Amino acid sequence: MAKVFTRLGGWFTDRAPGLMPMYRKHLTEYYAPKNFNFMYFFGSLAILVLVNQIVTGIFLAMFYNPSAHEVIPGISQAFASVQYIMRDVQWGWLIRYMHTTGASMFFIVIYFHMFRGLMYGSYKKPRELVWLLGMLIFLALMAEAFMGYVLPWGNMSYWGAKVIVSLFSAVPWIGDTLVTWIMGNFIPGDATLNRFFSLHVIALPLVLLLLVVLHLAALHEVGSNNPDGVDVKHGPKGNRFGPDVPKDGIPFHPYYTVKDLMGVGVFLLVCAFIVLLVPHMGGWFIEHDNFTPANSLVTPSAIKPVWYFTPFYAILRTIPDKGLGVLAMALSILVLFFTPWLDRGKVKSIRYRGLLYKVVLTLFAIAFVVLGLIGAEVVPHIVTSIGGPDADIVFWQHFIGWICIAIYFGFFAFLWVYTYFGFETTKLVPERVTTHD
Amino acid sequence: MANDVVDHRRRRFLTVTTAVVGLGGVGTAIAPFIKSWQPSARSQAAGAPVTVDIGKIKPGQKVDYGWRGVPVCIINRTDAQVATLSTKDVRSRLRDPDSKADQQPPYCENNTRSIKPEWLVMILICTHLGCVPDYKPKIGPEPFDPDWKSGFLCPCHKSRYDIAGRVYEGVPAPLNMVVPPYHFVDDTHVQIGVDPKNKGAA
Repeated sequence: MAKVFTRLGGWFTDRAPGLMPMYRKHLTEYYAPKNFNFMYFFGSLAILVLVNQIVTGIFLAMFYNPSAHEVIPGISQAFASVQYIMRDVQWGWLIRYMHTTGASMFFIVIYFHMFRGLMYGSYKKPRELVWLLGMLIFLALMAEAFMGYVLPWGNMSYWGAKVIVSLFSAVPWIGDTLVTWIMGNFIPGDATLNRFFSLHVIALPLVLLLLVVLHLAALHEVGSNNPDGVDVKHGPKGNRFGPDVPKDGIPFHPYYTVKDLMGVGVFLLVCAFIVLLVPHMGGWFIEHDNFTPANSLVTPSAIKPVWYFTPFYAILRTIPDKGLGVLAMALSILVLFFTPWLDRGKVKSIRYRGLLYKVVLTLFAIAFVVLGLIGAEVVPHIVTSIGGPDADIVFWQHFIGWICIAIYFGFFAFLWVYTYFGFETTKLVPERVTTHD
Repeated sequence: MANDVVDHRRRRFLTVTTAVVGLGGVGTAIAPFIKSWQPSARSQAAGAPVTVDIGKIKPGQKVDYGWRGVPVCIINRTDAQVATLSTKDVRSRLRDPDSKADQQPPYCENNTRSIKPEWLVMILICTHLGCVPDYKPKIGPEPFDPDWKSGFLCPCHKSRYDIAGRVYEGVPAPLNMVVPPYHFVDDTHVQIGVDPKNKGAA
């Protein structure tokens, strides 16, 4: 048996001599720092969710019809086909809930993954390109998620499509023409649904896959960062894996494949719980208004995006000017691209950075979550439960919103001032990762 | 890292158990995806048994019904038509006169290929390439056969069948036409899709 495998391996090596070196470069001879902690699960989990979305998506596309034409009055073919998947297709409900839950889990994983980067300075030299490619993945993912949410053609799909596409009307001069061009109609309609379906199942997944490959290729050129922010590649060499191997590096396979397998197990347990028991997550993963068919004459009582867009949506809503609101929302995402150049500090990890960095990063994370709550219409409930029924909801919502916007953008401004003018007092970064033996 | 001695047996055990559990999980996860290709509940409902009234079908007349999206013909065969089935003249020209091939339920594996001799219930689809053969009830010379004994002629590639759907020799179709499961609910009602004794769906 073993001989057969050896011969088979030889057959491939003769014909594709580049395969084994590639396997070694990225897995068995990719030496990652040995001190990865919990926060380093999220990269591999993101790939897992991506695979889940592709596989479940392929199967959903077999049963879904991207048509806004009505099969019975008031019910479009698209909406009906989603109900068909839920009720008639064998195990269709499971495949769809895996896909909807996967969408939300994707953002949970990605937000942790990005926060990990901010904590340990993974965006800093020499990993700026890794960070930029990651941000492009985040952008593509947002577009992918938005278009996917439109497909069931429920009432929130329809109005979400209308509101989000209308954001482009804030573009000077060509705004309204641009909106009509994107929708292919004057209101979201069959043309919109068809092009969003095509982009959702073909164009954006291709872009995402390409970006993920580039993200990993860029990472493997420079090597992984770690919770200590120590560059193991430039540290002492030589351990039991070889004389030229970074002393604190271990092969990704089997060490981190096995560790990530553990993370995958726990993650799948959480996902299975959601998919099987609470697939709507009380309206957070699938909004209640999306269980009614799209209706161009009836607006839902509150149009709000799914939770993963709410922090950015809250910025748009708090600013009382259409143009400025859209601009601020765009900037809130754009500014993340510039993080590697705004942060001039040489020390990477939060473990050795100045106290104020820890404070502002915490505030930034809190502001992001609170903005999410505002965008998700949760704050009015909190205000009335604290201040009684007479509390001024509008005032408090705007007041808290403005503070959070100030913190959000202030974080980046502070980071530049703090590091550019050398106000940061850092601790001594160790020579090697702290957990070496 | 503290223990530099590798226990290979233990390592192999862990690798194998992890792989087995992992494969079990993947296998379980694959099942719903494979099953999603099975006929959906809607298709299964469309494949439900059909009960039809045959009380008004005159001798020699053919009526078509849809069952699982295929045409099922019910013919009230005349005595003359039934009589042709046993003649040596017809039987000697058939590929499978005794219905040996599994193209009918066991209770129709007889000379008339039916429960009651006069009532033919059959899926009217040619076994060659799936066309719907024409009903040619006449006993006597036809343009396509000077000695026609009543039966079916496929318009596509001229396969011929006798009035029990048995295929002639020397035509492209390889098999007799299919008789679906059915039973008589009473004298004037036939249910297509359910065997006589067991009342469950076929």
